Amino acid sequence: MCLNLIEGEKKAFMNGNEVIAWAAIAAQADIMYGYPMTPQNEIMHYWTRLASKAGKRFLQTEDELSAGFTTIGGVLAGKRAFTSTAGPGNTLMQEPVSMAEMMRLPMVIVMQQRGGPSTATANYSQQELNLTCYGGKGEGLRIVYSTATHQDLFDYTIKAFNTAWKYRFPTFVLGDGYQVNMRESFVMYDPQARGIDTVPTEQILGKQGVPGADRAPVHLRNAYNTEEELYNVIMANAEEFDKIAHEITEYDEQYIEDAEIIIVAHGVVSRTALEAVLELRSKGHKVGYFRPITLRPFPSKQLYNRAIKAKTLLVVESALGQLARTVKDAIYGCNTSIETIAKPGMGIISEEIIEKVDIIIKGGLA
Amino acid sequence: MMVKPLMPKCWRKESKPHKFCPGCGHGLALKALGMAIDELGIQDKVVFGCDMGCSLKAWDFFNVDIVQTHHGRTTPVITGLKRANPELIGIAYMGDGGGYAIGFQHLMNSAIRNEKIVAIIINNTNYGMTGGQLAPGTLPGQETETSPYKRKGDTPLFGANFGAEECPQLWDINETGYPIQGPEMVTAIAKQGAYAARGTVANVRQLKDFIKKALRNQMDGNGFSFVEVLSTCPTNWRTDAKATLKYLEEDMTKYFKVREFKILASEGGQQ
Repeated sequence: MCLNLIEGEKKAFMNGNEVIAWAAIAAQADIMYGYPMTPQNEIMHYWTRLASKAGKRFLQTEDELSAGFTTIGGVLAGKRAFTSTAGPGNTLMQEPVSMAEMMRLPMVIVMQQRGGPSTATANYSQQELNLTCYGGKGEGLRIVYSTATHQDLFDYTIKAFNTAWKYRFPTFVLGDGYQVNMRESFVMYDPQARGIDTVPTEQILGKQGVPGADRAPVHLRNAYNTEEELYNVIMANAEEFDKIAHEITEYDEQYIEDAEIIIVAHGVVSRTALEAVLELRSKGHKVGYFRPITLRPFPSKQLYNRAIKAKTLLVVESALGQLARTVKDAIYGCNTSIETIAKPGMGIISEEIIEKVDIIIKGGLA
Repeated sequence: MMVKPLMPKCWRKESKPHKFCPGCGHGLALKALGMAIDELGIQDKVVFGCDMGCSLKAWDFFNVDIVQTHHGRTTPVITGLKRANPELIGIAYMGDGGGYAIGFQHLMNSAIRNEKIVAIIINNTNYGMTGGQLAPGTLPGQETETSPYKRKGDTPLFGANFGAEECPQLWDINETGYPIQGPEMVTAIAKQGAYAARGTVANVRQLKDFIKKALRNQMDGNGFSFVEVLSTCPTNWRTDAKATLKYLEEDMTKYFKVREFKILASEGGQQ
């Protein structure tokens, strides 16, 4: 139960970090482990205040390695455990995430992007796409939701816990410093009241009974002796990931049916993209909008099917081609041309997109 | 007549003989731990975490639930588990490289926060799994793969300081530092309710008592419990049985004092 902290539905107005703390309460998260890292510190600030009212726990660790591995400990104990971090913390977080990936542990990580590489800026970027989707050594068997609005932050934080515990892959909510530090309105709700089932957790270690007598002991390892042993584990996990991908994949598309130019953007930039599309449509241009909501698994088939009917894809991102590479990979085999607006660590406004589309149109590309 | 070796009840017979090298101390340390678990009757409550490095070979050692994690990260995994479910009894088991070097911040911060876990560090004075490099526990005068001219010190235990003049920067104690004193450090930083001791696989009975006290301390909810175990690595030390035991019993104990450093409250310790 949410211990009556959230009853029914109500409109709220708060900053994104606070939204996430409330969403974790709504998702019935049990324990958070965290370490200070701008721009997501307020998640911990709000969680600690809410957690004490809701009888939940918090541990401030010595670094993000510890935050990640203690979160794994919480998951092994069967608790709905999560952590959140950003930027340099994402780099360190990849080590525990790779263990969660190997052992199929339902770890939830909220990640707020800031500028990179290195410590860089503490406010905004979309430069953690590669790291979040494919970081660590391995094959990127994790689920990544890219949020754009405060409603997204609330909805997908709740969903992340359910997805993680249902499919047993580490699950990220990927936002950015702009989102979490601005205030906007959204609807807060108790997921149960909306008919959203909370996927139950399972105690992985320390179940009832004497191991070896009443039950088999649980022995979890991520080190293997032979190449074949490792190969079999990875291939089984990859096969499972591919099998469930269609159930998890989410995207949004608008004004797409007759679109000759499709603007592709994720996260907060997709809002700018949609604004540009509306403006361009009002001028009679056949421009559409495609937003991948899950970056892993990526809606490749869906984008391919749209791209093949369009003349140009315009990929817009606050990174130097991280989304564009993913898009190219997804639409391999299409002759559709790809144009980009790539501004690492910079915000993007709709006028820039409109200007670029005008150039594409005038250039006779569309 | 075949005499069956006496194994702790919680040992998993299917995984024996164990995977450690001949002469390795891990088997004895895990025997002491197994006997402690048996005597306390906590087999159904224990979650055993082992590290990367040689300790990972204990991943199926016991009939208790086990998780093997990354280099030095056993301490936070067990900390997170214990925080989430205080009913369980968490043991973080690792080597001196894992606990004192790559995972040192976790060990020290767990001690500072007085986490209600047991950390056991097997100190065999080198990185065994990776082929015998200089480790936090390497003694002055000890030759390793990365201190081929010996970690120089005032008390060269492996013999004379051969090569001292040829390559001073590689082995000078001012460059490599002195061996870590783990229980002493835990004693200095851990507060009320903590327990710290250094045992040795040369005295399994005493080691079992130390580990038992550490576990009891966690069960009583008092504080961080820490046991360093002096252990052997004949494979990388390149010693025969006699020299191995001499090094363990005579040389190591000159630098690493075997005793309790922070005693239980029930025995007059600070509470």
